[in-house]
Amino acid sequence: MATPNTPLWEVFIRSRNGLAHKHVGSLHASDATMALQAARDLYTRRGEGLSIWVVPSTAITASDPAEKGMMFEPAESKIYRHPTFYEVPEEVGHM
Amino acid sequence: MYTQALNTAEADDRGLEDAAKAAQFQARIDAEERIEPNDWMPAAYRKTLTRQISQHAHSEIVGMLPEGNWITRAPSLRRKAALLAKVQDECGHGLYLYAAAETLGTSREELVDAMLTGKAKYSSIFNYPTLTWADIGTIGWLVDGAAIMNQIPLCRCSYGPYARAMIRVCKEESFHQRQGYEIMLTLCRGSDEQKAMAQDALNRWWWPVLMMFGPPDATSQHSDTSTKWKIKRFSNDELRQKFVDATVPQAQYLGLTIPDPGMIQDADGHWRYSEIDWSEFKQVLAGNGPCNRDRLAARRKAHEEGAWVREAAAAYAAKRAQRRTAQAAE
Repeated sequence: MATPNTPLWEVFIRSRNGLAHKHVGSLHASDATMALQAARDLYTRRGEGLSIWVVPSTAITASDPAEKGMMFEPAESKIYRHPTFYEVPEEVGHM
Repeated sequence: MYTQALNTAEADDRGLEDAAKAAQFQARIDAEERIEPNDWMPAAYRKTLTRQISQHAHSEIVGMLPEGNWITRAPSLRRKAALLAKVQDECGHGLYLYAAAETLGTSREELVDAMLTGKAKYSSIFNYPTLTWADIGTIGWLVDGAAIMNQIPLCRCSYGPYARAMIRVCKEESFHQRQGYEIMLTLCRGSDEQKAMAQDALNRWWWPVLMMFGPPDATSQHSDTSTKWKIKRFSNDELRQKFVDATVPQAQYLGLTIPDPGMIQDADGHWRYSEIDWSEFKQVLAGNGPCNRDRLAARRKAHEEGAWVREAAAAYAAKRAQRRTAQAAE
């Protein structure tokens, strides 16, 4: 029997410091349980995390890199969204 | 005739379009931007990286064999635990690298098959045998030391997934080198026999380790484009010299002699080594090293004997998926 290619999973880990789960890499596993176990062995050999998510790679919808100009332009031109855009006199102190 | 003419025109157009894209691509590289899997890239860039990353992955996996050979015979529980952890790391490094190579569009199964059939190469250093415990110390100290020298610049490689994998690898690699040096230090502070064992291992590994950096710059066939694409940041000879300069004082501290009577320190402080015997390198690369056949046979055996596990896992996953579909239909 020919074994089908083993599905790909993306691995996300939340580290000790309370930040969000972060993408750390990917791995192959037949099912979610095995993916979690493999992620534990592969990505947390030195206490890198307290929580693991595994997501089938096929479940991810990604933005198109060819359209990144159009996609992210709206944020580029709106400098008034940043605090440094506004002037506060030095006498007022840190704000 | 007509269709042929059309085809030519189309091909020409594509050539022009590719030239424009290639120029844009090179501009991104020159601006130190990272190339990501879904970005446009020249076919040759994809091919070069697939070859380099997968061969790097194969090297990590085959690299488990010479050291795995000593796990059951490590001289103490502490050494055994450390060696086991190191070999596990090598496996992990292989898996990070396979994942990075796959993002270029070749499946894991194809990559692994290329190694098992002997089509893809792996680092020739792993075709040398580990005869004594001192070899384990020497591998950690020198082989991993040379690997670190090679891999640190790769953390800034233009291909994002490769660079990210290398950052993880480099973080873990330092433990490998230190545990190796500690083994050497212990042997060198031990009995005369132990020190002789350390010297013997250094004698056997020194030249093969220098060959790990690849052919001299004058003859290397992949370097030029790799440098242009910022896959490679330093030349083979530059890295080799850096390694030698870092290693000689470490050997002196151990009280060991580098097996190169012609080695001299020049006015700039660089240690100049003698001519390397590249015919040996070519022989090992061609499959005629001391352990080439053993290494491949061991990988094939492991792959074949693991087939039932892969099949059972796939069958179980298929059965579960079928059950879920049936339940959803009820």
